[in-house]
Amino acid sequence: MRYAMAIDTKRCVGCSDCVVACQTENKVPIGFCRDWIVETTTGTYPQLQMEIRSERCNHCTDAPCVRACPTKASHYGAGGIVTVDHEECIGCKACIASCPYDARYVHPEGYVDKCTFCIHRVEQGEHPACVAVCPTHAMTFGDMDDPMSDIFKLVSRRKWKTLIPEAGTRPNIYYLI
Amino acid sequence: MSKPVSRRDFIRLAGLGAAGLTVASPFFDWKHGEILARDTMPGLYTKRTPTYCEVCFWMCAGWVHHNEDGEIWKITGNEDDPHCNGRFCPRGTGGVGMYYDEDRLKTPLIRTEERGKQVFREASWDEAYTYIAEKMNLIKEKWGPECMALFTHGSGGHYLGNLLRAFGSNNIAAPSYAQCRGPREVGFIGTFGEGIDSPERTDIRDTKCLVLIGSHIGENMHNGQVQEFSDAVDKGATIITVDPRFSIAAGKSKYWLPIKPATDMALLLAWIHVLIYDELYDQKYVEKYAYGFDELKAHVKTFTPEWAYGITTIHPHIIRETAREMANASPSVIVHPGRHVTWYGDDTQRERAIAILNALLGSWGRRGGFYNPAKPSVPTHPHPPYPKPKRDWRYAFPDKYKLAGLALASGLCDATVPGVSRDCNVRGWIVNGTNLIQTLPDQKNTLAAIQALELIVVIDTMPMEITGYADVILPECTYLERYDDLRISAHREGSIALRVPAAEKKYNTKSAWEMARELGMKLGLADYFPFKTQEAELDWQLKEMGLSLDEMRKIGVKKFPRPADDLYPLEGLPDYEFYTNTGKIELYATQFEAEGYPALPTYTAHEEPPYGFYRLIYGRAPMHTFSRTGNNPNLFDLMEENVVWVNPKVAKEWGLRNDQPVWLENQDGVISSSSIKVRVTERIRFDSVYMVHGFGHTNAKLSRAYGRGASDSELITRVHIDPEMGGTGMRGNFVTFRLEGAPEVQS
Repeated sequence: MRYAMAIDTKRCVGCSDCVVACQTENKVPIGFCRDWIVETTTGTYPQLQMEIRSERCNHCTDAPCVRACPTKASHYGAGGIVTVDHEECIGCKACIASCPYDARYVHPEGYVDKCTFCIHRVEQGEHPACVAVCPTHAMTFGDMDDPMSDIFKLVSRRKWKTLIPEAGTRPNIYYLI
Repeated sequence: MSKPVSRRDFIRLAGLGAAGLTVASPFFDWKHGEILARDTMPGLYTKRTPTYCEVCFWMCAGWVHHNEDGEIWKITGNEDDPHCNGRFCPRGTGGVGMYYDEDRLKTPLIRTEERGKQVFREASWDEAYTYIAEKMNLIKEKWGPECMALFTHGSGGHYLGNLLRAFGSNNIAAPSYAQCRGPREVGFIGTFGEGIDSPERTDIRDTKCLVLIGSHIGENMHNGQVQEFSDAVDKGATIITVDPRFSIAAGKSKYWLPIKPATDMALLLAWIHVLIYDELYDQKYVEKYAYGFDELKAHVKTFTPEWAYGITTIHPHIIRETAREMANASPSVIVHPGRHVTWYGDDTQRERAIAILNALLGSWGRRGGFYNPAKPSVPTHPHPPYPKPKRDWRYAFPDKYKLAGLALASGLCDATVPGVSRDCNVRGWIVNGTNLIQTLPDQKNTLAAIQALELIVVIDTMPMEITGYADVILPECTYLERYDDLRISAHREGSIALRVPAAEKKYNTKSAWEMARELGMKLGLADYFPFKTQEAELDWQLKEMGLSLDEMRKIGVKKFPRPADDLYPLEGLPDYEFYTNTGKIELYATQFEAEGYPALPTYTAHEEPPYGFYRLIYGRAPMHTFSRTGNNPNLFDLMEENVVWVNPKVAKEWGLRNDQPVWLENQDGVISSSSIKVRVTERIRFDSVYMVHGFGHTNAKLSRAYGRGASDSELITRVHIDPEMGGTGMRGNFVTFRLEGAPEVQS
């Protein structure tokens, strides 16, 4: 089983609903976030292209943060997701320095926090909060090892990219372009 | 739409207290190897109560979820609701912040110094009501009850409207008409005999071609409509966007027409020309349903794409190509009427041109064009007949704005300003849920009106600029703490939605229902308020419809099947009578002609920015609703302030850098009271600047939003009034940059 997310940059309008839904679902303190929106515009007026992405932890298959963590607080969990055991975390921030995606922050309670793919919801058969709320249905979550899953079919059918592939992290977030 | 917070900043912040933090006990008691200890996380299905959202006027129905302590935790969409289809937008999701905002109005207040000075004393509800009732009775005796006016934007309007009508006035206005969508309603009623209403009857779900003119779809986050827009993009519908700004919608369009601002009419007329003279229009549809085709054809003869090119800067071949795209998709094509369309003062006529285009393309009443909405009929409570007012707002404007279908908020404001030769000035205002200082253009005029009032009551949940001028502030509880009027929705299927309190009232606040009733009692109008509790009123209403309050509590939304199969009444071209003078689609508007307005739209050249000035274009951000959400902690976190978009060429000329604070000064010498940061971006044309509306709060009681960003409203001092319906055109203002603020004396 390999949990993954496909994010459709064509459908996304960059409304930040994923951000606030994550914050309320996971009680992320105000001023912090586990996901965020990036808008890039290239070209010169009026020849312009825009891409909008909802970004978060890529739950890398080869995660630098797991390697960097001295206490094994950052580890691979169910379905290959990368999680942080808050109890084990000493807040040294080695993982933060190692993450090419800038996906982690230090929670005011002292541990490092980031996207969990809302595994507490997933275990109960729900979608992650960001996926469930997205008004434009831009996000698809599921098991990339299951050829019958929506995400597998979507990623097989559409053109996609991952972020900073040159880092060799093998991300599990696919951006449909 | 930038990354809302810099992660590295957190690290720096957190680092300050890192020594203590490493030994602090974790928030969640997670065991090693376990991903989440479920007993410490609220369950997925905790108690939930139905509501519909009040953060914007799309009013999506949803569920409020509580944690184990019974506190409000989160809000999600109701799957059965056609407004949101189970998915709330960021504003709705962040609606919890409306309840938790610690800057809320907490108790009734009575002003003790002059208006605008923000000096108040706390008062009891009875004292506040007595004060208001005495003043209202004074106004009634001296000038007549018609001299009271209500400005409202939101669900409280129904109850306060009942109060005002019972008192004897029908001067009830929402700024959503004359400051927003009024011209499109008048333009479409003049053509098809019916308006567009909200949610718009645009069948974007099934369209093959969508034409957006200065629209903010995506950025406005009008939920269901944006959902359908993304579906249409995904399904490969041709999107044509006309906008001087590379909007979110433009970024998803096959054609983006970066038009010179204020010239849309020329483009529309050229499109009409091409459709007619290249015989691309739906001839059968036009022949059967339309009136005045020959007049229109003769009228647009000279409006060629080549003519429009010189005005709009859009190439003739692009005008022809996009017209063909529309015709190819016909009748599944929508030339979208837009929503906020009060731009240049000829807005009703521009909307007429849009309506005519849709008529030529045969999209009205056809799949993928404009559907026929169904609306359930809901009984209103029994009451004695309202006294008949001797005058209304129209009395103040003889022979003006004859096609206005609703009262004008700006008109009521103008009718308040003394010194204008008219028999009756408005003397008292009740303002509910609309921050008129930021909503109405020309603040100087609004302030002159306010200072002339005998009474101004502001009913709101938050301190706003307008509350600073109130004689009495009545604190309203948030939508999460109250029952409200049923949301009655016109859509593909009609529906009603229920709002019940999700929490006890946090402060000494009341709902509009309670305030209207209690004030009504003080004014001796008890007969108009027959129910003792709102629950009883809702239950009565629902029972009349064969439902009950208990049943609605469980489902939140009730949909009603369409009584007839007429979603697309003009499919197959049946005989059909339109609600117009001729019973036809009026390409040539007889109603306009009868009232002395042009029956066919023409192009008027609008003023251009003077040297060194740029046209001020304002718009929406998906996470805020005007100025109402600026202080919401959750939404503030997503977007703290607006920025001014500046084309890189312009930035270079002025030596402006990203994030550099500047002040804006308009053509009349008005300088923004706060600075605004520059965003250098290719997404805006060189002759314009763009900013999101609703920022630059001047009320210091808003601890987060105060002084953040700048207010576009403040800079809109020149207003172009729509002669047909009194809409306030606000896009004819020009600004330049100042590297320093106004001299102190000005404040």
